Amino acid sequence: MAEISFRGVQHRYGDRVVLGGVDLVLTEQRVGIVGANGSGKSTLARMINGLISPTAGSVTVDGLDTTSKGREVRRRVGFVFTDPDNQIVMPTVAEDVAFSLRRSGLSKPEIADRVTQTLSRFGLAGHADHPTHLLSGGQKQLLALAAVLVTGPDVIVADEPTTLLDLRNARMVSNLLGSLPEQLVLITHHLHLLDGFDRVVVLDRGQVVADGTPAQALPVYTGLLE
Amino acid sequence: MSMIGLYQPGSSVLHRLPAGVKLLGLLLAVVGIVLLTAPWQLGVAALALAAGFALARIPARVIGRQLWPMRWFVLAIGIFQVIFAGPERAVMVCGTLLLTVAVAALVTLTTRVTAMLDVCQRLLGPLRRVGVDPDRAGLVLALTIRCVPLMAEIIGAVSQARKARGASFSMRALVVPAVVRALRRADAIGDALTARGVDD
Repeated sequence: MAEISFRGVQHRYGDRVVLGGVDLVLTEQRVGIVGANGSGKSTLARMINGLISPTAGSVTVDGLDTTSKGREVRRRVGFVFTDPDNQIVMPTVAEDVAFSLRRSGLSKPEIADRVTQTLSRFGLAGHADHPTHLLSGGQKQLLALAAVLVTGPDVIVADEPTTLLDLRNARMVSNLLGSLPEQLVLITHHLHLLDGFDRVVVLDRGQVVADGTPAQALPVYTGLLE
Repeated sequence: MSMIGLYQPGSSVLHRLPAGVKLLGLLLAVVGIVLLTAPWQLGVAALALAAGFALARIPARVIGRQLWPMRWFVLAIGIFQVIFAGPERAVMVCGTLLLTVAVAALVTLTTRVTAMLDVCQRLLGPLRRVGVDPDRAGLVLALTIRCVPLMAEIIGAVSQARKARGASFSMRALVVPAVVRALRRADAIGDALTARGVDD
């Protein structure tokens, strides 16, 4: 598993402190991050693949600094957003997955082959030529995940990937995420998705307030809500 | 919803033609249609186009969906032309409009967007010398196509919200939130593109 390290990480938006000194080393296969709205979860998640740089401290993935080595980090870390419509850039399903491989050095037949295999893995093979805007919410999220996984990242960071989905689609996506061999960092409000996770980190107002197994950390989180 | 990018999978002769050939054919067809001078010539062009759709095995309802959004526009143009230029001129103008859209739809329905973008990128290749990035230009075109249905959704959602709040006739209640949402969407898409290594 990759080692994701936060050392003295702080982040501000103007005068607002979003993260106020986070020190974490994540090496487990399944890590959950929970916290109330505004606790800094998404900011923390976006630092893992260099989308956001800390205003102080450093974030590294296997020793690669996410600010100075962003390109190398993003080759290893795939990011799944809450709203898949933000992530899907091409008009059809197959084209969007193929877009992820445009700089892979693979030939067109190899790309087509990899796209077909990936779509089959996610149950989207029958939708290869369908317009992306006509997919259901769950299908769009599966497509977003497929487009990330086709590049073979070591780590998947998923920022509330089931928030916009109905129960059926949320279960489908969460089951799929749970079955992935890649290292997964899942930011979620749906606590039941963290069953079986190796570690859960609870953020509150930019600070880590609990860090342990789900059984240890989640009661701290639910206690904060009361 | 967007007409653009609604590729209809198939294996007809038209589907298998290279995108560059089809785009060149589109250009020539549009020029030819615009140069027509009599209604009977429009009729011949329409028959040729119908044969093209039949060859591509595009169902009539799909063709209809491409042209249906233009009905009010064509009607307005037609009425204007009848009043100020006469019925024959109205037929020529409306017929030309419909045929050019239909021939563009035939190309769109039988050509993958990525194939069309590849052609655009190849055509822009010589402009690398003056600082144009064909890959980036191709991405811009793809995003433009992708964003048409997204904008339609935003405007639809804002319209419904406006109606629910009893402000159905307020342009400000439509334009301001639609622009704000569009900008937020653009920001989010930018983040996603960065995450997908577009700038790497």
